[in-house]
Amino acid sequence: MVTYDERDEDGWGALGDGTRRAILLSLAERAQAVVELAAQLPISRPAVSQHLKVLKDAGLVTGRAAGNRRVYQLNAAGLTALRDQLDTFWNRTMAGYHEVVEAEEAENA
Amino acid sequence: MNEANAAVVCRQIVVEAPIGRAFAVFTERFGDFKPPEHNLLGADITETVFEPHVGGHIYDRAVDGSECRWARVLAFEPPHRVVFSWDISPYWQIESNPDHTSEVEVRFVAESPQRTRLELEHRNIDRHGPGWEGVREGVGDDQGWPLYLVRYAHLFTEDR
Repeated sequence: MVTYDERDEDGWGALGDGTRRAILLSLAERAQAVVELAAQLPISRPAVSQHLKVLKDAGLVTGRAAGNRRVYQLNAAGLTALRDQLDTFWNRTMAGYHEVVEAEEAENA
Repeated sequence: MNEANAAVVCRQIVVEAPIGRAFAVFTERFGDFKPPEHNLLGADITETVFEPHVGGHIYDRAVDGSECRWARVLAFEPPHRVVFSWDISPYWQIESNPDHTSEVEVRFVAESPQRTRLELEHRNIDRHGPGWEGVREGVGDDQGWPLYLVRYAHLFTEDR
């Protein structure tokens, strides 16, 4: 059983969460700081920060310092981010396929 | 990485199995090796079905009985080739407009009677961005991806 946190680590599951999609949609309108995002969402600032970290690790958003706070925006290299997700997906799928097909061959041998 | 390269993912793998077996495992046991977090349903997946004919779908079925059709089978030519669409948006939701989906071609090549090479090409990934063509020139700066997402945002608003 894969836990939720493990899913998030590889960035592949970053978009599987409704709150993170809401954050992305909001950042699509304009770049914002954590406090502004938290004001629109039914979650705390630390929770927003957690989600932003996942999105950042997945290459979907970037953060930059603006005065004494950090402003987040969508990563302009989004197509590359999507490609990277699919890259990861196919790497894992091909590795799994290799295992299954050769295990089946070994059984039939 | 330039944009043309970014729109394709290619993989090759060699397995110690005859071509017929290699093809059958890929299409009949897809759910056994697909990563489990590849799941658009609200519950764990019990089964992934790869319908073995053109016009069929690849769909997941969850423990609660719900189903998610996330690919359309575009070519089914055992044991050499299969092509299917990728109807999953970057927002991790089903993309219902086929113009905004990418496609996956899988070719099987016999290297020997007991060895098969699988060549996978996931192409036209850039189609997932509606309006992407219009901002192609600006992809290197802030114009590309943000615009693309704004358009998505509008699609969701219209649905409500």
